[in-house]
Amino acid sequence: MPTDDAVERERQGAGTPGTDVTKDGLRGVRPDREAVTGVTTGRPRGGRGRRRRGGETPQVPDATFTSYYAEPVINKPVWEAPDIPGYLFLGGLAGAASLLGAGAQRTGRRRLERSSKVGAVAAGFLSLVGLVHDLGRPQRFLNMLRVFKVTSPMSVGSWLLAGYIPVAGAAAASAVTGRAPRAGAAATVAAATLGPAVASYTAALISDTAVPAWHDGYREMPFVFVGSGATAAGGLGLLTAPVAETGPARALALAGTALELATFERMERRLGMVGEVYSQGRGGAYVRAGTLLSVAGVVGAVLGRRSRVASAVCGAAMLAASAATRWGVFHAGMQSADDPKYTVVPQRQRLEQGEPATGTSTTTRTPAATTAPSEAAEA
Amino acid sequence: MAPVDVTIGRRPDLTGALLGDTDPAAQGGWTDHPPRMGFFTDTSVCIGCKACEVACKEWNAIPEDGLVFTGMSMDNTQGLGADTWRHVAFVEQRKPLAVQDPGVLHEGVDVLALAPQGSGTSPDEAGTTPTTPGDPGDLRWLMASDVCKHCTHAACLDVCPTGSLFRTEFGTVVVQEDICNGCGYCIPACPYGVIDQRKDDGRAWKCTLCYDRLTVGQEPACAKNCPTDSIQFGPLDELRERAGARLASLHDGGVTDARLYGRDPHDGVGGDGAFFLLLDEPEVYGLPPDPVVTTRDLPAMWRRVGAAAATLVGAAVAAFVAGRRI
Amino acid sequence: MAECHPVGFQWVMEAKARGATVIHVDPRFTRTSALADLHVPLRAGTDIAFLGGIINYVLANEKDFREYIVAYTNAGTILTDEYRDTEDLDGVFSGLDTEERTYDFHTWQYEGMEVQAASGQRDQEYEDHPGTKKGRASSKSVRQSGRGEAHGSGGAAIAGEPEVDPTLQHPRCVYQVLKRHYARYTPEMVEQICGVPQDTFRQVCELLTDNSGRDRTSAFVYSVGWTQHTVGVQYIRTAAVLQQLLGNIGRPGGGIMALRGHASIQGSTDIPTLFNLLPGYIPMPHAHAHMDLDSFIEGESPRKGYWAEMRAYTVSLLKAWWGPAATPENDFCFDYLPRLTGSHSTYETVMAQLAGNCKGYFVLGENPAVGSANAKMQRMGMANLEWLVVRDFSLIESATWWKDGPEIETGELRTEDIGTEVFFLPAAAHTEKDGSFTNTQRMLQWHHQAVEPAGDARSDLWFAFHLGRRIREKLAGSTDEMDRPLLDLTWDYPTTPLQSHPGDVEPEAEAVLAEINGWDAEGGPLSSYEQLNDDGSTACGCWIYCGVYSDGVNQASRRTPATEQNWVANQWGWAWPANRRVLYNRASADPDGKPWSARKALVWWDEEKALWQGHDIPDFTASKSPHYRPPTDASGAEALAGVDPFVMQADGKSWLFVPAGLTDGPLPTHYEPQESPVPNLLYSQQRNPVRQILSMVHPDDRFQPSGSEPGAEVFPYMMSTYRIAEHHTAGGMSRYQPYLAELAPEMFCEVSPELARERGLEHAGWATIVTARNCIEARVLVTERMTPMTINGRVLHHVGLPYHWGQGGLARGDSANDLAHLSLDPNSHIQEVKVGQCDIRPGRRPRGPARVELVKEYQRRAGITEHTGTEI
Ligand SMILES: Nc1nc2c(c(=O)[nH]1)N[C@H]1C(S)=C(S)[C@@H](COP(=O)(O)OP(=O)(O)OC[C@H]3O[C@@H](n4cnc5c(=O)[nH]c(N)nc54)[C@H](O)[C@@H]3O)O[C@H]1N2
Ligand SMILES: Nc1nc2c(c(=O)[nH]1)N[C@H]1C(S)=C(S)[C@@H](COP(=O)(O)OP(=O)(O)OC[C@H]3O[C@@H](n4cnc5c(=O)[nH]c(N)nc54)[C@H](O)[C@@H]3O)O[C@H]1N2
Ligand code: SF4
Ligand code: SF4
Ligand code: SF4
Ligand code: SF4
Ligand code: SF4
Ligand SMILES: [Mo]
Repeated sequence: MPTDDAVERERQGAGTPGTDVTKDGLRGVRPDREAVTGVTTGRPRGGRGRRRRGGETPQVPDATFTSYYAEPVINKPVWEAPDIPGYLFLGGLAGAASLLGAGAQRTGRRRLERSSKVGAVAAGFLSLVGLVHDLGRPQRFLNMLRVFKVTSPMSVGSWLLAGYIPVAGAAAASAVTGRAPRAGAAATVAAATLGPAVASYTAALISDTAVPAWHDGYREMPFVFVGSGATAAGGLGLLTAPVAETGPARALALAGTALELATFERMERRLGMVGEVYSQGRGGAYVRAGTLLSVAGVVGAVLGRRSRVASAVCGAAMLAASAATRWGVFHAGMQSADDPKYTVVPQRQRLEQGEPATGTSTTTRTPAATTAPSEAAEA
Repeated sequence: MAPVDVTIGRRPDLTGALLGDTDPAAQGGWTDHPPRMGFFTDTSVCIGCKACEVACKEWNAIPEDGLVFTGMSMDNTQGLGADTWRHVAFVEQRKPLAVQDPGVLHEGVDVLALAPQGSGTSPDEAGTTPTTPGDPGDLRWLMASDVCKHCTHAACLDVCPTGSLFRTEFGTVVVQEDICNGCGYCIPACPYGVIDQRKDDGRAWKCTLCYDRLTVGQEPACAKNCPTDSIQFGPLDELRERAGARLASLHDGGVTDARLYGRDPHDGVGGDGAFFLLLDEPEVYGLPPDPVVTTRDLPAMWRRVGAAAATLVGAAVAAFVAGRRI
Repeated sequence: MAECHPVGFQWVMEAKARGATVIHVDPRFTRTSALADLHVPLRAGTDIAFLGGIINYVLANEKDFREYIVAYTNAGTILTDEYRDTEDLDGVFSGLDTEERTYDFHTWQYEGMEVQAASGQRDQEYEDHPGTKKGRASSKSVRQSGRGEAHGSGGAAIAGEPEVDPTLQHPRCVYQVLKRHYARYTPEMVEQICGVPQDTFRQVCELLTDNSGRDRTSAFVYSVGWTQHTVGVQYIRTAAVLQQLLGNIGRPGGGIMALRGHASIQGSTDIPTLFNLLPGYIPMPHAHAHMDLDSFIEGESPRKGYWAEMRAYTVSLLKAWWGPAATPENDFCFDYLPRLTGSHSTYETVMAQLAGNCKGYFVLGENPAVGSANAKMQRMGMANLEWLVVRDFSLIESATWWKDGPEIETGELRTEDIGTEVFFLPAAAHTEKDGSFTNTQRMLQWHHQAVEPAGDARSDLWFAFHLGRRIREKLAGSTDEMDRPLLDLTWDYPTTPLQSHPGDVEPEAEAVLAEINGWDAEGGPLSSYEQLNDDGSTACGCWIYCGVYSDGVNQASRRTPATEQNWVANQWGWAWPANRRVLYNRASADPDGKPWSARKALVWWDEEKALWQGHDIPDFTASKSPHYRPPTDASGAEALAGVDPFVMQADGKSWLFVPAGLTDGPLPTHYEPQESPVPNLLYSQQRNPVRQILSMVHPDDRFQPSGSEPGAEVFPYMMSTYRIAEHHTAGGMSRYQPYLAELAPEMFCEVSPELARERGLEHAGWATIVTARNCIEARVLVTERMTPMTINGRVLHHVGLPYHWGQGGLARGDSANDLAHLSLDPNSHIQEVKVGQCDIRPGRRPRGPARVELVKEYQRRAGITEHTGTEI
């Protein structure tokens, strides 16, 4: 509210001469059309008083958050299920499975090796299919390889998949047919080298957006994703390999689940109010299902480690768990994009704490929130 | 000076994203380029005539965007998208516009009970055109024309895997529709919700800052049609200066609510090529209060991806070591 | 203004940037209010009370610009003692004929002289012209038909010299009459009638008067919010009285700006599409027995002022039309002109269609099935025709009502029963043809063809030209006298072949402009109407446009940039008369010819050069000294003194009191609208006694009870129709365009939260609005921009209805005009669509015959008969 002084000043302003039309032409013209509106009259003070007395001033709670008709601030991803959560899931599975396959080869677990390698290339390929299918213009997929941009995780990922799928394929082919063992071994190494990247880059892919639940979770998301990938790969091993060979698969799944659950928990906590999308709605349901399935799967796999059936069932549960997590992350992200409060409130808090975003923050300034959990995870 | 493929073989935007105010055209690979051009949209003089919306559609032959009565004051367009590159927001508020007397009075009914969350209420839930809490007898009607911000550090451009989005010699951000493969990555990347996918053709579309007009020395269609000069087009330096003076004169005039949005070259996107003078908080108009170019955090993301990958390798090795026992 | 004239509104913003204060007076808070400094919501239909209140304030506090009004207005002129004011007769003026519902205005005269109606108006007095003195009989048909659009350039005829009291003390002088007339328009009364709080009202009074006078000027801007009333012309008159009192006419920054509608609606009154005018506001002759040119001129033209040359204007017009066939011997073909037999306004034409008298109809550039009041009557009228020709861009409702109109849905019409043969001809848009627009500043701007029209679309000029050509071909060789006017027409316009259709030719628009401008005996272009002669040696299609083609150059196509000329910009386009931009601008200088103020200089008398000088072209004889006084026998322009700025008026003065020329009173008086929820608090006379209704009585056009009459409570809400920025008029140019249709895709109504609660209306839901004529449905926009008003102790709600929708196009909806009635302003025959009464209820309207039934039920409940609302 302007002060009475301001009102008075403006009233006087209204009385000043303004522009003149003299015999010699115009005088006192401002060059632009820059009207200052709402300042030259002032309110009839008596009138407002009279009105105020007449009407009861409604008691309204201080609005903590405003938006434009509850419309989302950002445009939510046009990506759709199952293509994109499937792509995330399969990438994780493929990457981790390549490691499992390589280890199995190294330790002479032939069945595990074969199924992991075949699983890896199949998952890698299908993840690509998912991506291509989701493209607005799939026939233009090759435009992905027009450029290489490190600023675009999708570009990085496309190149990565382009490199990974052939070597994973070669490794699998060699393992299945038993031919060209040298080349197969080299391909296996290559796939195992690229695999971890394949399993983790998708975290950067989704985090590198303005979707609050994804972007703000970028510190933990790669760990969630590799954990989930490890669970899936372990699950695949349990599902497909004989009991004698499943030890490492079980161990990997256990580690994966532990990593995933721990980092997910951290992520949710650090996301604060935005984190609620991971426990609400569709996203939350998937996340819960994923947690239940993975815990059940791991527990079952450990307890039933001598049973081929139990192992297989638990393996399947782990695969499902990993998929559910990705679906959960996907939908939670969508929910956070849909509701403007997830965009506005954290940003507003940032401003209120006097810490506006700057283009230089990552290099020159470490916001308080960035310290704890993820740094630990990194270490 | 070919505009395509400027991103091949370099990492301009990754480093650029970290540097605050920069010369985006130069970073885009242009040498000897014209000054950076942009918009200053002064919403304090907007009359909500939507001439900008229509002119943009006419000039760019954008398809009709749906015939929906929204109940959002006079806004039936709802927001920016693939088929709306200029969008005029209408906000009815129980707040004074300086000392304007709006003459209205609503003492008979508690309108805020009809729209309990103020302007954040969606029309479906509102009993009245949502109104910000305030005193009865106060009313102002804000109008603001929104557009792509042509960010200094443009997330859409950074994340585009095909190079379809590129930086022009004017420092603006443009989609090349023949290259876009519809991957949709730019869409959630934009912190302002500007760019979007056209459903029937799969490609991403947004304001080009009338690149075709600029290259022949013409003003963008929306600015050309704005009757009150709410949309001002020109070299960004000049606009920034003018906006400063304008803000000062509004403050002097008692319009203390006036503020600039997107002018600061040190904000989370390195400043907007299209910036605004607003009369309320940005979120009231559907704008993010403190946007950040998502790729600002990309180096950290890559580091964590690396760490996670290493962790996975470690876990796998451990699994084979431990696997013998379980 | 921001809604309907957004491009013009940039100048309001510029004025604001230069320090102007903007006050918006409108029942609703609109885009204009959003940018104004002060928004004054008032009850629709009460502006005369509001402005009358300001007049009272000005007079009571002596805030008038005394030197100005004494010198330039008729403030001091003394009226006859026969005159009786509304003060004396409780709301009516002397001379009311209650049977005929007309005024005889002889008692409204100046003492010692007789004044005659303004142009378009004078004919009603033909038989008792001050010169001819044939007595006081005047027929009803003449009075009705003579109710002209007197807003052109015309003044009134005066014989004799009026008595003037420059001290303004004489009890019968205009100033004192005015004072008494408005004395009861007190702030308390304004508050009761208009719902404007007294302090807001005082603030408006102060802002306006503080900003008027010698050093400052204020401008009024209005459009159809003021005209579409049964007292519309008197609204404008009230503003005129106020602006004269404040000295705001003819001065820079002053004036009353009528924002107009369609791009060349001004042009269409200058060169009229109106039944009662000829080009340049020359009245259409009436069917008096044996009237010839001389008696017509004698009956019409005043002795003083520029209208004294009416014979020259008329003869030149006849020469332009009939060329060599027009000779002094045959009265320049004066007899070829059709004669009026009564009023033939658009609504009377509909009544004639319904009566079966009007059998064919051209609808060019109009969509009456949506845009005209009581649109159902329009459709029913068209359904009773033999043929109908519609020329438009799209298949508008006026071309398709016979298959998809609302009456087909209700079963009131059946397609197979309709005998009308409908021809649809695609029209070319302005971008597809050459031509001119005349804007509200009387400025002609030429537009050049950008592309040839596609397909069969052709310009209206093409249509008129070829229609005339073909008819003339058919009549060629006829010896029937009746065909002479057609066969003798000059119809020899040059043409150019169409590129897309080489066999087809387009007449050249510039040749028509040249003819409108006129030429001398040698065929050379004229440059000023002062050159026109009454002996047939000059031809001119419209005298006020004379000069638009001077030197053989299309002056309307001039586009000199602002930077290359002065701020008045006389070199942009061309404005009538004589390219003056501010009419009557001699009033910007004091009687001695000096600017009233150094900061308000527009034109002034340069003693050395003995010429009027200035930024604008002086609207005055350039060499006429301020000290010039005419000899007693002078006539025409010579008869005006150097202190008579209002050169089109016979006395050179601006009129606070209008002794003749208006059908409904010499001074604006507040009457309630045809339908109003409140009684008239000022007088026992409820409505304008001479509003035009009787010719319209029809079962489909019933009126509602008003005020405290029984049944009025059935329609408890005020209703107003208007435009939004998103659409244009009846929608033919916007609802069919995707980019505009999507901006406002459905018919909606605006209501306050209070009304929404009272009636259970849901935001963004549906509501049904009912009047005695019809019911329509609309989406609901509940908004605080609509404010309840306290009127005479009672809270009143407005229902706001944009009127742009119909059943065709991309954005569809019911038409607000189905609700409107046919009670018209008696001067201009304009419909009262700015204010009415209605009921509003939640939900969609009934379909089929139930729609009609609902309306009948309301009629029954309100006890409506054919007499309701027709009281004088
Ligand atoms: N966008 C757009 N522009 C247009 C047109 C269009 O259809 N759309 N039409 C053109 C045409 S043909 C015309 S004639 C002009 C008309 O231009 P306007 O006259 O400006 O148009 P309206 O909206 O019909 O009426 C103006 C205002 O009058 C208010 N009003 C109603 N009753 C009263 C009253 O009793 N007193 C007062 N003071 N105000 C009242 C209404 O609330 C409305 O806001 O616009 C032209 N421009
Ligand atoms: N309830 C209510 N009713 C109103 C009003 C109101 O305020 N309230 N306002 C009134 C007013 S001010 C007006 S002006 C009328 C307007 O009412 P109308 O004149 O009946 O409606 P428009 O839609 O303007 O119709 C003009 C048509 O001309 C066509 N057209 C445009 N250019 C050309 C051309 O060059 N040649 C030809 N042949 N056709 C062309 C357009 O496509 C359009 O269909 O409505 C009046 N009715
Ligand atoms: S506003 Fe969005 S679409 Fe526009 S340049 Fe910035 S990031 Fe890209
Ligand atoms: S949708 Fe098109 S423009 Fe957007 S990121 Fe993908 S390829 Fe680039
Ligand atoms: S600059 Fe051009 S493309 Fe962008 S909003 Fe304006 S008109 Fe549309
Ligand atoms: S920005 Fe300009 S053109 Fe757009 S709505 Fe506002 S005033 Fe109209
Ligand atoms: S539509 Fe044409 S006439 Fe109307 S405001 Fe716009 S430019 Fe002016
Ligand atoms: Mo109009």
